[in-house]
Amino acid sequence: MTTGTTTPYRSRRRPGRAGFPQLLRAEWTKFRTVRGWVLAMTAAAVVIVSFGLIFATGSHSSCGNGTVEVACPTPPTGPGGELVDDRFYFVHQSLTGDGGITVRLTSMTGIITYPPPNHDKIVSGLVPWAKAGVIVKDGTRQGSAYAAMMVTADHGVRMQYDYTHDTAGRPGRVSAAAPRWLRLNRSGDTLTGYESADGTQWTQVGTTHLPRLPATVQIGLFVASPNDLTVEQSALGGSVGQARYTQATAVFDHVGLRGTTPGGQWSRDEIGAHGQTDWERYHRPSGVRESGGGYTVTGDGDIAPRTDGSPIERTLIGMLAGLIVMIVVAVMFMTAEYRRGLIHTTLIASPRRGRMLAAKAVVIGLVSFVAGVAATAITVPSGTRILRRGGEFPFPVSSLTELRVIVGTAALLAVAAVLALALGALFRRSVAAIITAIAVIVVPYVLAFASVLPDDVTRWLLRLTPAAGFAIQQSVPAYKQVIGNYAPSAGYYPLAPWAGFAVLCAYAALALGLAAHRLRRRGS
Amino acid sequence: MKRELHAEWTKLRTAPGTGWVLLAIVALTVAVSGAAGTTVSCTQAGCGHDPTKLSLFGVQLGQAVVAALAVLTISGEYGSGMIRTTLTAMPRRVTVLAAKAGILTGLTLATGIIAVLASLLAGRLILPGHGFTRAHGYPPLSLADEPTLRAAVGSVLYLALIALLSLGIATAVRDAAAAIGTVLGLLYLLPVIISLTPDPHWQRHLWQISPANAGLAIQATTDLPSLPLGPWPGLGVLAAWTAAALVSGGLALRLRDA
Repeated sequence: MTTGTTTPYRSRRRPGRAGFPQLLRAEWTKFRTVRGWVLAMTAAAVVIVSFGLIFATGSHSSCGNGTVEVACPTPPTGPGGELVDDRFYFVHQSLTGDGGITVRLTSMTGIITYPPPNHDKIVSGLVPWAKAGVIVKDGTRQGSAYAAMMVTADHGVRMQYDYTHDTAGRPGRVSAAAPRWLRLNRSGDTLTGYESADGTQWTQVGTTHLPRLPATVQIGLFVASPNDLTVEQSALGGSVGQARYTQATAVFDHVGLRGTTPGGQWSRDEIGAHGQTDWERYHRPSGVRESGGGYTVTGDGDIAPRTDGSPIERTLIGMLAGLIVMIVVAVMFMTAEYRRGLIHTTLIASPRRGRMLAAKAVVIGLVSFVAGVAATAITVPSGTRILRRGGEFPFPVSSLTELRVIVGTAALLAVAAVLALALGALFRRSVAAIITAIAVIVVPYVLAFASVLPDDVTRWLLRLTPAAGFAIQQSVPAYKQVIGNYAPSAGYYPLAPWAGFAVLCAYAALALGLAAHRLRRRGS
Repeated sequence: MKRELHAEWTKLRTAPGTGWVLLAIVALTVAVSGAAGTTVSCTQAGCGHDPTKLSLFGVQLGQAVVAALAVLTISGEYGSGMIRTTLTAMPRRVTVLAAKAGILTGLTLATGIIAVLASLLAGRLILPGHGFTRAHGYPPLSLADEPTLRAAVGSVLYLALIALLSLGIATAVRDAAAAIGTVLGLLYLLPVIISLTPDPHWQRHLWQISPANAGLAIQATTDLPSLPLGPWPGLGVLAAWTAAALVSGGLALRLRDA
């Protein structure tokens, strides 16, 4: 009888490390070796690029000149590089060096052609942003730098400069009983605007530096009246804006110039080509009438940034298709573990379940981001170029904004994929997870762009649901001093780009947290 | 065929979750329809809204759950390997698909009728409080009106066609995730692409071939001439998609190994 002790077998090999990098590598290997997933991700990128380029190639604009189609005139560009409207009636003199202008406005009237509800009459009235006042401008070229003090129909006294800047002064309409005095002074690069109710007590409204102004500028009176905008539901989904001609007339007196040649003659210019409508031809053309030291100026148009046109993110029309593909892949990346029972092996190899989920999220997020950025970095710049060649005028944006659209869209795809993965871990069933992911990310966006829901409702959808993240794509801001169709269906989101993206990230984080909790609590 | 129908009915009846999915179809459709009704108001006569379409708005979300039910009836079998048992027991494959389609159609029609009637009832109760009154030219919703009846019947048929379309696609694609992704992509992508298409000519053409856009024309009761297709031809477009999907699903089932 022998007694002995048996020592249990121990491998001489060093145990493998089980840190997070190893886990990442394992998950990456799982992803990489399923051919269908890699192909699907590639297809998602290809879809984004090809949809975008087809869309850009198919977009053409031409303008009618009689019966002949000609290329549309290039819209003017403001000092900041943005597309602008610069049409107004200008009564002006040259000013070299320092100087200023003071006027009193006693009346502002106008007409609006064919307003709602029936669009069948020409009525007298003013659109809210009809404007009249004094302006200092770098010549009469459209898009040149300027600063102006003005009275508006419904938004009181304003100081505006270089198209995008707007400062509010005293509210209220102008009338003979409540006249408005305006003053604009130039001293070096500095322009300062004042207003007064009586011509003695002056209040400063705003001041700005315009280093682009040359020594000799044009100073004088102006009147502009932007088109009346009516937005209607389109039968095909989304909304259609219709612009209708309006005209404003303002009465100026007590005109005082400082720094100009004494006794100088007024020049008159219609800035921008207008004076074409039937109303102007047969009733009242733009222009100026002098009587007893007063000036009655009539004009139309607007001095403001343009709001209608194609923003560069329109080239990302295929992004939604790519997003759906990525959602499907992300969900499968998780649910395949359960379907094949691989989850048991995975969790034996890496018992810390939250870390497994984190590794999966990092892998699917990175893969989606890389596929997304490869697609958007091609689509946005080349799509924009093709649009320009086709006679379209996509809004020019700074390279920083373009970069935000390109990288932000890829980040949006990545976070959406992580959210879908987390839903996959929560439901463990691919169909339920995919439907939920599409219902919360894609459907609100679809409803915002193509449904009968009113804009107020779609704005709330784009604030509260993960679809808020699409705001990262908006490249042109909404200007409160310009009437525009700022509806979600026109590409204007209710949240700022990064705020909207943060909402999506919060949803993804919440879903990941719930999924990690469920993984820890329940058996596999 | 009777045997196959009985087998498919038993499978669907005993599958966990079928009842919940049917409940979800009704609940989601009615809830979204009701919510849409409370958000829209008509402040004056001729405000241009379509109360029937608005009351049936939830169909746009309910269809996603209908698609899920349809996909699961076939993809579930591929996922679990049950399909081999099914096809061993019932070797006539196209008949199996037909039986699945029959059971699915019956179930969707029954659920659809409940969902659509409940949505219209909700609309009838909610909309008058939001300005849809006789004074503004909107009598209460009633199935006695021919257009409203057509919209209601058509919406039920629409849901059934969506179920069959999804069944056809899922039979061809097999994988549940890929199938539901394809169906939802088809239903939700085209409306966005159409609204973003700048050329009105292309817009109308895309609209005419889009299953969701053309199919839901059946719900329109106002301003019909502005639609690129009439209600019934529109539903016909969806029916053509469904037929194509079922034929390709049937061919794939017949020609491929399970």
